[in-house]
Amino acid sequence: MTVSGVGVSPGIGHGPVYVLTVSVPEPPEGATYQGEADQEKARARAALERVAGDLEARGVRAGGEAKDVLAAQALMARDPGLAIGVDALIERGTAAARAVWESFGKYRDLLVAAGGYMGERAADLDDIRDRTIAVLTGHPLPGVPTVAAEPYVLVARDLAPADTVLLTKDVVAAFVTEEGGPTSHTAILARAMGVPAVVAARGATALRPGVRVLVDGGAGTVTVEPSEERVAEARRVSQARERALEGAAGPGRTADGHPVPLLANIGGPRDVKTAVDSGAEGVGLYRTEFLFLDRTKPPSHEEQRDAYRAVLEAFPHGKVVVRTLDAGADKPLAFLRSPTAEPNPALGQRGLRLFRAFPDVMNAQLQALADAAEGMADRLQVMAPMVSTVEEAAWFVHECATRGLASAGVMIEVPAAALRSKDLAGVVDFFSIGTNDLAQYAFAADRQVGALTQLQDPWQPALLDLVAAAVGDHGVPCGVCGEAAADPALACVLVGLGVATLSMSAPALPAVRAGLARHSLAQCRTAAAAARGQATAAGARNAARARLPALAELGL
Amino acid sequence: MAERKVTVEAEVGLHARPAATFVQAAAKAAIDVTVAKLGGEPVNAKSILMVMGLDVRQGQSIVIRAEGEGAEELVDELAAIASAP
Repeated sequence: MTVSGVGVSPGIGHGPVYVLTVSVPEPPEGATYQGEADQEKARARAALERVAGDLEARGVRAGGEAKDVLAAQALMARDPGLAIGVDALIERGTAAARAVWESFGKYRDLLVAAGGYMGERAADLDDIRDRTIAVLTGHPLPGVPTVAAEPYVLVARDLAPADTVLLTKDVVAAFVTEEGGPTSHTAILARAMGVPAVVAARGATALRPGVRVLVDGGAGTVTVEPSEERVAEARRVSQARERALEGAAGPGRTADGHPVPLLANIGGPRDVKTAVDSGAEGVGLYRTEFLFLDRTKPPSHEEQRDAYRAVLEAFPHGKVVVRTLDAGADKPLAFLRSPTAEPNPALGQRGLRLFRAFPDVMNAQLQALADAAEGMADRLQVMAPMVSTVEEAAWFVHECATRGLASAGVMIEVPAAALRSKDLAGVVDFFSIGTNDLAQYAFAADRQVGALTQLQDPWQPALLDLVAAAVGDHGVPCGVCGEAAADPALACVLVGLGVATLSMSAPALPAVRAGLARHSLAQCRTAAAAARGQATAAGARNAARARLPALAELGL
Repeated sequence: MAERKVTVEAEVGLHARPAATFVQAAAKAAIDVTVAKLGGEPVNAKSILMVMGLDVRQGQSIVIRAEGEGAEELVDELAAIASAP
């Protein structure tokens, strides 16, 4: 029997199950108190303060990342708005425990409504609430053993930092929770501890306490009563992955030597070190808007030139692809603002559209780029975001050429540009596909809306079709610089679709490099065709992975 | 009335650690201080729950306002925290 979830901290854990049952009962609606309101308020405040102090003390003992997490939780217990809400309810006759329950509920609803990362914080709030109510009602608090003869697999509906911070690798073999996501505290702390973790594993708390399970924090699976061979095999794969990642060095290439330069996405000179350390061969996406954010006017010519030059110098043998200002929508800039109010900023004046409307800002950036590249002009490539038509592309290339910027390209983020890449290929030197925005526009699904994440799945066959259309047969090189490139399986599929370079956040580079090195170009092509032959994102992923056998061997 | 408008640069937005640092700094001040999303309703900057409830993401702008003694210094300090990467 296997329970499946989402692997959020890689590695193999094996041991007996310890199920943490947290159930502080909800204080009954309409509960009242005896005595004075002021006394009841003081009781509530004292309970909140005790919980805050306890959380802080645990944080101090645990140290590191956990200390900050718990300090933030203590702040929640001491929140002035929460205290006002509790006082007001007590004033109206509600018992302290019920007042705490209801007051937390208001903020909890706010977080859950926001979804995503914020929604995952709701569990933190529940934990503080339950602890406070336990103090007020004398209910015993749940706890986890901090010593164990054999490391156990901690299974819970959800885990609060207070539960986990005093645990170590010697006590816990793995974490498994029914709720939570990749940014939940369970995930963050498990990675920091180096303990495998699986979240969103439905049915996990039904596991019998003491039963032995095998947890694969990479694949996201929990196998009940695995055979000894199975455990040994899982350990072997896990070690192979670590060795593969350590051993994967040098330029990106397939098993049969087809080169695929692996590049880094950066926001400025400060990201260069991580990129170089991860073996990036260059920069595939330099997001220049990060130099401009939080400014009332654009950075000076010298400041811009230096910021571009520093990155070019950091990669003496690699290309640096600089994206011109991508302002608007979710990245508004004070001095680059759409002149009219926009009900749909993602569909409004943004990217190149906005850049065109502000010729002074544009001239300054292109000139700074031209000056920065002096003596290194062959390695600088400049590209424009949010290009939809061949006229826009031709205009941008012309503007670059007049300043001596020899290599000019465009991003493909709009389905129209993907579908007519052949026309655009006639005027540009290269393409770079931004898969995140391309998915947003192809599926009419706002990237910022957590409830629509499934429509943002880069394995959606329609998105793969658009990538294939963008690559086309026009011969102009086409890279990918979205999050899709960071998935080792999808990276192989993209190469199979004809993508020339892959650019991603630096930490993803070693796994992608290792995955590519184990598969031939022909295998990548077969996997790409199989993925496009499917009707669903899940089907595409499974079909591709089935044709990329070394990924599983590598534990990727 | 002292007022600053800044863009939140931290990858996690004004959540988690940046939110805690922001609220801790606000809570130290004796005067009232609020924070709002651009064009949104202001909330008490000393309340971590309200600040988290704003759900400010990376790249979004916020307006910090305070009134009273030391208001200018306070909004400067908070603006610096909110815009730190």
